[in-house]
Amino acid sequence: MKGAPSGNGGTARAGVPLIDGIDKVTGRARYTADLEHADALVGRIFRSPVSHGEIIRLDVSKARALPGVVAVVTGDDCPHTYGVLPVAMNEYPLARERVRYRGEPVAAVAAIDAETAEHALKLIEFEVRELPAYYTSEEARTPGATLLHDNKPGNLEREVHNEFGDVRQEFAAADLVREATFRCAEVNHAQIEPHAALADYDPLTGRLTFQSVSQVIYYLHLMLARCLEMDASRIRVVKPFVGGGFGARVEVLNFEIVTALLARSAGGKVLMQLTREETFLTHRARPQTDIRLKLGMRRDGRITACECEVVQRGGAYAGYGIVTILYAGSLLQGIYDIPAIKYDGYRVYANLPPCGAMRGHGSVDSRHAFECLLDRMARELKLDPFAVRRANLLRAPTRTLNDLMVNSYGLGECLEKVERASRWTERIGKLPPGKGLGMACSHYVSGAAKPIHWTGEPHAVVNLRIDFDGGVTALTGAADIGQGSSTMVAIAVAETLGISLERVRVVAADSAITPKDNGAYSSRITFMVGNAAIDAARSLKALLTAAAARKLEASPEDIECVGEVFQVGGGGQSNLSFGEVVKAALAERGPITVSGTFTCPPEAQGGKQRGGAVGSTMGFSYAAQVVEVTVDEATGAISVDKVWAALDCGHAINPLAVEGQIEGSVWMGMGQALTEETRYAEGLPVHASLLEYRVPTIAESPPIDVQIVESHDPYGPFGAKEASEGALAGFPPALINAVANAIGIDMSELPATADRVMEALVERRRRKRLGDARREAS
Amino acid sequence: MENSHSAKRLLKVQVNSRWREDAVAENLLLVDYLRDVARLTGTKTGCDGGECGACTVLVDGQAVPACITLAVRCEGRAVETIEGLVAQGRPNRLQRAFHEKLGTQCGFCTPGMIMAAEALLRRNPKPNDHDIRVALSGNLCRCTGYVKIIESVRSAAEMAS
Repeated sequence: MKGAPSGNGGTARAGVPLIDGIDKVTGRARYTADLEHADALVGRIFRSPVSHGEIIRLDVSKARALPGVVAVVTGDDCPHTYGVLPVAMNEYPLARERVRYRGEPVAAVAAIDAETAEHALKLIEFEVRELPAYYTSEEARTPGATLLHDNKPGNLEREVHNEFGDVRQEFAAADLVREATFRCAEVNHAQIEPHAALADYDPLTGRLTFQSVSQVIYYLHLMLARCLEMDASRIRVVKPFVGGGFGARVEVLNFEIVTALLARSAGGKVLMQLTREETFLTHRARPQTDIRLKLGMRRDGRITACECEVVQRGGAYAGYGIVTILYAGSLLQGIYDIPAIKYDGYRVYANLPPCGAMRGHGSVDSRHAFECLLDRMARELKLDPFAVRRANLLRAPTRTLNDLMVNSYGLGECLEKVERASRWTERIGKLPPGKGLGMACSHYVSGAAKPIHWTGEPHAVVNLRIDFDGGVTALTGAADIGQGSSTMVAIAVAETLGISLERVRVVAADSAITPKDNGAYSSRITFMVGNAAIDAARSLKALLTAAAARKLEASPEDIECVGEVFQVGGGGQSNLSFGEVVKAALAERGPITVSGTFTCPPEAQGGKQRGGAVGSTMGFSYAAQVVEVTVDEATGAISVDKVWAALDCGHAINPLAVEGQIEGSVWMGMGQALTEETRYAEGLPVHASLLEYRVPTIAESPPIDVQIVESHDPYGPFGAKEASEGALAGFPPALINAVANAIGIDMSELPATADRVMEALVERRRRKRLGDARREAS
Repeated sequence: MENSHSAKRLLKVQVNSRWREDAVAENLLLVDYLRDVARLTGTKTGCDGGECGACTVLVDGQAVPACITLAVRCEGRAVETIEGLVAQGRPNRLQRAFHEKLGTQCGFCTPGMIMAAEALLRRNPKPNDHDIRVALSGNLCRCTGYVKIIESVRSAAEMAS
């Protein structure tokens, strides 16, 4: 066996289509709602009609008595809380004693058909004593406000306060200090597949088979066992095709546990399909966020200090909230060299559906504020936005003030690429009226270096099987949710073994077959599962090479496998086909299964401060982007004409998929910047359809010029880092900076809807008129 | 979902070139007819009615959202779904292009997207980017940013059909 994998062995550098792509384009791919369910009961959920109240009476007897109803479950059927963070499980699958948001599940029915199930919901009698409800962080934090959770004074789920470096001294050393506030709306993943789950409980064996839209079947498995008080060995969780995640499905969701409760109660199979409205209600996305940011800058653009206060309206339950508010502070670091940083974060409970993780988890809104204020200060100091970023670059390897590792750093190259591609230098300041250019940078982790569930196990495991047929089967628990993780595993295995991609089959995310995986979150799969796949493939390669060496009567060190042919180094006469080598290897030990692992070492797991593990990673991706806009001063409408984005993903294992991820994340950032916003009227979601919640259509989506930067991370698989999240956070500030360049107005609220831009334009005209009038009068 | 209590009638409809006869409720939606009765689950439901385009199918060659079309309105007409574009196990040019150019990521919007694009290419074999944007503006995708969807349609149009 010679040398390390080159990273360009069996794969064309243009990249390869997804290994499950044909299933998707032909309609063969089975998503949860497509699974065979002719014999399944239909599940439906009864939801709280009020935002906050004590449950006085819940009577399901009439629903239960309705012919065709097979099971009804309520909070009495599950006395256990669930949640993604072991330290913050304060939510019941079905409310007990109290409801805390409008739409919270209270009871559920399983019936022979949808009509009967819906009829049964109408027969449920529910009485509550209403309590004061709060829909903004400000209201919820008012002294004397009724507490949503008795153990959380001030309705604060978590406060974070930390300071690194000497903030006072560094602000004093600045030539310019500016402070600004920013307000970012709550946004939603809006994955196109509505939530669904299919639970099959066999009362004879006491076994449950559960299929769902999950991004992390391991958490789901744990929570099903906890809430149903079942031995985990009696549960099998399988992930079918999943129609998008973006963080929506990292946490176990209430409807999943409810479906399992119904199936057990009914002693059979239950299909639960949520409507789009219910999918919006089962929210878990990016919280409404208020940011107060203060930066100090020297005349040459060097940042001296940063002080940031973040308030997130987290909704009614904990969910991922503690991690989100920690991320918002910790990821102020890791992108620029800043001598002193102070952070104060507040995660607030309110009577709205709980928020959670969404693409760019926790980092997006703080990054938005930072990149906007950076630009405003650059303007005041008459510095070019690119020059300001360049004045603050890190040098890898290094550790940040909060003890995060930066092992590879391609941000400088990203800046060069988008500056050149957009012809920034020639064009900035010379565009016609109403047109503007803006830019910003961003970054994201390649997986959290410290797992949420600390078990001491490796952070990723991949098993490889090879049998008489000569096929290599990779078994991974990693959830492919469309990002192409199974394809990545196949490439990593094929390249390491020197075999064709077609020889590799990937079986993913079935708890009965695949090794446990921490799942699709924080962009961990390429880095961690990719490394585990390479590790497994190296073990398999060693066994195959040893067998080939014996057959060829050579030393294993001299054997190489290129294009599925094993030969003695440098060619020579004798060689063996892959099939012959497999036969030889199997002759000695029968079918082979090897295991590969990957673990982030303790020094990668962040600082010792409370919450210091959040933000830790072995490899940050870096991105820079330029956005060109046209602002219509008559209507306030912003159109995005073109985007140039560059992302440092270390090494593109599948360049085609990397491009797709960058385009998708930049575009999702565009939705947040321009139109996306959830809105509630007294807790009632008024955005809960894809017409009201405006994700950009193809008609208003711009061309995106993508450039891949490869900084070759020393620890990444073939040098790779994440590519799916890092570019999102740069779009909103790049857009707002472009709007400022176009019309000279700094928008401080997201999304920058036509209404808000119009308001700002009208306000400016009003002030100008006032100013003119005053001048005339004097 | 089929409403078991409402009146049924016999529906004769051609689905992917085959005539079928089924007794269906008068309020049965075309998407539920295709998914639950004809067992063609390639056509997806992504919203609560006419919001996202994931259920787009062709009725007499026209792209329609099957989630706001009654099955009985298709009496005597030809309905085509994503499954019907495959001939002798070979995906058609749009299906190949969406696969090769990564016009699909999670794949959930893909059947509807491809059917809308199919209707476009049948009436306009050489669409420009603007034509593509107009034709697909009723189909939402949350993964791709549409960049590779446009490339896929363009590429399919360039392939010999």
